[in-house]
Amino acid sequence: MAQRVVVDPVTRIEGHLRVDCEVDGGKVTKAWASGQMWRGIELILQGKDPRDAWVFAQRICGVCTTVHAITSVRAVENALKLEVPLNAQYIRNMIQGAHNVHDHIVHFYHLSALDFVDIVSALKADPAATAKLAQSISGWPRNSTQEFATAQKKLQAFINSGQLGIFGSGYWGHPAMKLTPEANLMAAAHYLQALDYQRRMNKVVAILGSKTPHIQNMAVGGVTNPINMDSQSTLTLEKLMYIKQLIDEVGDFITQVYIPDVAAIGAFYADWTQYGRGVVNYLSIPDMPLDTKGTVFALPAGYIDNGDLANGFTPIKDFHDPYFEKGVKESVKHSWYQGGKGPLHPYDGETIPNFTDWQDDGKYSWIKSPTFYDKRAQVGPLANVLGMYASGHQRTQFWVNAVLDAVSGHLGSKVGVDALHSTIGRHAARAVRCVVLHEELQNQWKLLMENIAKGDTKTFNKPVFPKGEIRGFGFHEAPRGMLSHWVVIENGKIKNYQAVVPTTWNAGPRDEDGNISAYEASLLDNPVAVADQPLEIIRTLHSFDPCLACAVHLTDTETKSHYQVKVV
Amino acid sequence: MSILVLGLGNILLMDEGVGVRAMEAFDAAWSVPDHVSVVDGGTCGMDMLDLIASHKHLIAVDAVKTGAPPATLTVLRGDAVPAYFKGKLSPHQLGLCDLLASLRLQDEAPESVTVVGCVPMALGTGLMMSPEIEAVIPRMVAMIVDELAGLGVTATPRP
Repeated sequence: MAQRVVVDPVTRIEGHLRVDCEVDGGKVTKAWASGQMWRGIELILQGKDPRDAWVFAQRICGVCTTVHAITSVRAVENALKLEVPLNAQYIRNMIQGAHNVHDHIVHFYHLSALDFVDIVSALKADPAATAKLAQSISGWPRNSTQEFATAQKKLQAFINSGQLGIFGSGYWGHPAMKLTPEANLMAAAHYLQALDYQRRMNKVVAILGSKTPHIQNMAVGGVTNPINMDSQSTLTLEKLMYIKQLIDEVGDFITQVYIPDVAAIGAFYADWTQYGRGVVNYLSIPDMPLDTKGTVFALPAGYIDNGDLANGFTPIKDFHDPYFEKGVKESVKHSWYQGGKGPLHPYDGETIPNFTDWQDDGKYSWIKSPTFYDKRAQVGPLANVLGMYASGHQRTQFWVNAVLDAVSGHLGSKVGVDALHSTIGRHAARAVRCVVLHEELQNQWKLLMENIAKGDTKTFNKPVFPKGEIRGFGFHEAPRGMLSHWVVIENGKIKNYQAVVPTTWNAGPRDEDGNISAYEASLLDNPVAVADQPLEIIRTLHSFDPCLACAVHLTDTETKSHYQVKVV
Repeated sequence: MSILVLGLGNILLMDEGVGVRAMEAFDAAWSVPDHVSVVDGGTCGMDMLDLIASHKHLIAVDAVKTGAPPATLTVLRGDAVPAYFKGKLSPHQLGLCDLLASLRLQDEAPESVTVVGCVPMALGTGLMMSPEIEAVIPRMVAMIVDELAGLGVTATPRP
């Protein structure tokens, strides 16, 4: 008999993402993803000065503030057809690269690894045997017996302390946990090291963005970083050399720890290449512009139809690409908004709340359902890596093959690109995207230095707003996937603003034609070994890095467990 | 002996932003010595680790959920400040508790942490606060001044 399993909230904060599954015969047979909180950023921005939109837009989210800032200025610049100085492009590219690398390390180690790593089991490991295992897969100097013994002691102290409860309340001992104690200790020690490296990466964002969280240096028309090699209050040679040092240190961690860890966990959990496929129409966009107009990009991408990398790929070419601009629509048929007009293009988008209650076959979410040429699409690191792969981006192809070869080596049998269409594949793709972004970050640093050496210190072009109505869109390949902001400006004021965010693409409810979203589709056929401990459901959802775009950040002294599972 | 006064919250969600608003009101009315930083942390995430780690004392100003009625003001000190990872799994939207727990794992937690908090009334979308919550901002500012005094810092009224 079918059981209903409800996980609410999946995200940390009450009132965000809820997932309902029907489980029959130990498998998910039906799924609903629901955003439980209304995000009204669009209404706040109406009537505001478009030059200020990014200041508000970056507060939409508690994690990816930077990405909304960049996308918002791009949308307004696009409407104005405003060019951006080369230095500003490079500085923005470095901020986004550093932010993304930081975010991917945090996601893998701190937000989702514990779905696969059993911390309690790590306490039983022999540190010397762990070192032997770790040294067999990587030459990382910190893979020493002493380092693992220290990490083990630290974890034990943590578990023994009363207040720091994470390591006492996980799904430890769950039958879906498969790593050996030694592999668990290796991953747990790297969890601790990753805390340090992600912080170093974020320093780059802080230096270039003047502050983080909530960078201060964006402007419609460029950035506000004055470049003067001799003045201490500006971007100096000393600061740029420090940035280079930070970038290099984190690179060693990515290539010698993150990539080998993902390959090892991928091999241990090879069965997870069979689950979590979901929607295989993939949408991502080119990013890191290399010219002032946004027509040449360091990282190409596009749309992949039905998972077909050879014949189903259409590139998205530039910041004004009409193929992209025309393809996006949002439906509210199954969302708690007034509708009836069919799917609307974001320029014509409406946000009129109309809460009814949960209806399995009707309205059940505050999230709208975006489509690309009337099809559901998956966005995120996997979509991006496949898009770069299909575009022929050489470093992406190199790293995809390197990771798959490492997994094949562990397993003793060949694993192909097809394995990426899966729960574990999304983690592998995120690692590939991280290393590719890191390499490009080094390149962008070089480009900025070379451009400054030529004597170009320009960072800003002044925007001029015409009378009448103009429209524009900005996009950015954010950590959780393709983000786009759409703006209609009338006489210098915002008339309409719509943010179509990555989680909207992946987590939306059923669309106008009843098609399900990437979250919903990826959960179908997932095993569920223990109904009231649905670790498998959580694993697949976490592989997307679920994040609902509006963040509540109360200090909460009451709630100790952040989600509840109900089996009905 | 560096001290961080950190405003937390999302200013787009009415009273959720009370911590940021109180921090701004404090910054507008009081000047502090150089070793005290007054920072708008906004919707904090892992990217706050470095900021907090570089200070010995943290005064976080935030909306709090304690079960008390809206507009109730609270000061949490020492073990009353939650520093644990909240729950079995940690997807996005990390709070102050998670940051403090992460810093303890790195042996870089501040020596003392105080939360100056206010229980919010409305968390809808909007840049304004409820009148009831706005009315307690001056008292929150005074509480920040007191906390600094407790750490041996004299804040001076701005002219």
